[in-house]
Amino acid sequence: MKDIIGRIQSKLGDRGKDIKEQTNNRVYVSVDRKNIKECAKILFEDMDARYIVASDMENFDSFEILYHFGFDKESAIVSLRVYLDKDNPEIDTLTDIIPGISYIEREMWELLGINFKGHPNMKHFLLGDDWEKGNYPLRKDKYEK
Amino acid sequence: MKNNKKTVIVPIGPYHPLLEEPEFFALYCDGEKIVDVEWQAGYNHRGIEKLSESKHWDQVTFLVERICGICSTSHPFAYCNTIENLIGMTIPERAKYIRSIIGELERIHSHLLWMGLAGHFLGYNTVFMWAWKYREPVLDLFEIISGNRNHYAMFKIGGVRRNIENEDIPKIRKMLAEIKGQLEMLIGAVLDDPVLTARLKNVGVLTKQDIKNFGSVGPVARASGVDVDVRRDEPYAAYPLVEWSVITAKNGDVLDKAVVRLSECLEAVKIITQCLDAIEGKAGEIGEEVRRVPEGEGIGRHEAPRGECFHYIRSDGANSPVRHKIRAPSYTNVPTFKASCIGQTISDVAIILAGVDPCYCCTERVAVYDAGKKKKLYDFQHLVELSKQKTERIRKEI
Repeated sequence: MKDIIGRIQSKLGDRGKDIKEQTNNRVYVSVDRKNIKECAKILFEDMDARYIVASDMENFDSFEILYHFGFDKESAIVSLRVYLDKDNPEIDTLTDIIPGISYIEREMWELLGINFKGHPNMKHFLLGDDWEKGNYPLRKDKYEK
Repeated sequence: MKNNKKTVIVPIGPYHPLLEEPEFFALYCDGEKIVDVEWQAGYNHRGIEKLSESKHWDQVTFLVERICGICSTSHPFAYCNTIENLIGMTIPERAKYIRSIIGELERIHSHLLWMGLAGHFLGYNTVFMWAWKYREPVLDLFEIISGNRNHYAMFKIGGVRRNIENEDIPKIRKMLAEIKGQLEMLIGAVLDDPVLTARLKNVGVLTKQDIKNFGSVGPVARASGVDVDVRRDEPYAAYPLVEWSVITAKNGDVLDKAVVRLSECLEAVKIITQCLDAIEGKAGEIGEEVRRVPEGEGIGRHEAPRGECFHYIRSDGANSPVRHKIRAPSYTNVPTFKASCIGQTISDVAIILAGVDPCYCCTERVAVYDAGKKKKLYDFQHLVELSKQKTERIRKEI
């Protein structure tokens, strides 16, 4: 596991912060949202990682996206962690690097309201086309009211 | 996709003959050829990720079991792996073997179900009848082990809920030997069949690059020569303790997907037999009690019949997850239609869509509409007819 942490450290340089193995075989890397495209490209193309999925969640003061990549030979999963502003959750799309990520980005947009800049086909995926605008069902503040 | 005059939209779904869940595919066709595919899901969105945030850790095991009716053990398996990864615990050895037995029995019945339906969609109902007949004893085995033919409720965090009793093992072994004989016969018959070979060869080909782009997993990836299998890549349960091999093929067409799936059934029998050997005549704990899930995050996976099942969980130390992200294998396998359908004919679509095994239920409808005139051209019966005609043509040519 130290080997993969070292490799990621050297490839990402300053862009990857707090690289550590939190639980067995699971490595988390914090990345600034401006660098996500370059970092994902390094992992997916240069290091030949397998795209698994992205997961989103809402914290008290931010939104958080984790991009999970599989390193099957090392039996590890490396997750790139990105924090987004609560007021303006916006991040670059990765569809031009990983075509398969398109659907999960659409899902994160409609359920949590995160904008993916440059997504070629930002339409509702799980919810109906007539879904109320600005109503994001996975946001927690809806239930506090 | 811009509508030019030649392009006709073929809507498949939302209630779809090939899928268990309702989904919608729009096929853009130029004559018989397909030029683009659009996928729309969510007709049966049950909000399980959100629901999971309001359940106790133990209850979530049974909630996620309800995600899929065919491979109902894969999600509890992945979920338990996730929590055990979060806590950093190991489970008792007997529980490991029982988990693998359940996982592999499920693989056999799921792959046989696929083979049967694949035959059905080609208009070759003999295969359908055979495969489903030989699937039945596997379900009987499940009934002996868990009391249920489906939704076995065998899993809990830290182990399994029910033991496989030592006195049941000879009976299980005997039934398994019968299943193995039937499987070998079926596999020989299916793979030697000239009609099936002619019908499936070079249909819906996926290259290695397609697999990488869409992140596909399971038999879909392995049929294209991409050697991924969570059971080997990140050993869990009893998989590192027994001898078995990962099956791969080269061409990535539907025939290779069938070869991979059917050969995996035999590997599964091999794994189950070794697991039974290991637990027979011995006593042992089948579970550890987990009182509290600490703060933190965990990721767990399981190689379901359709591929890698992925769960991510964030805990704040309370009684239920803060966030529970689930990715089923079909989520990355289904988008490969964009690569495999384009350039193929309408008569092949049914089997290409079925080729990734996207969880089926039985016949609903497929309709072909002329985009300009909104006139119905084909319904499902016509499509099955088209497919049958092609099969007949091939039969005569051979």
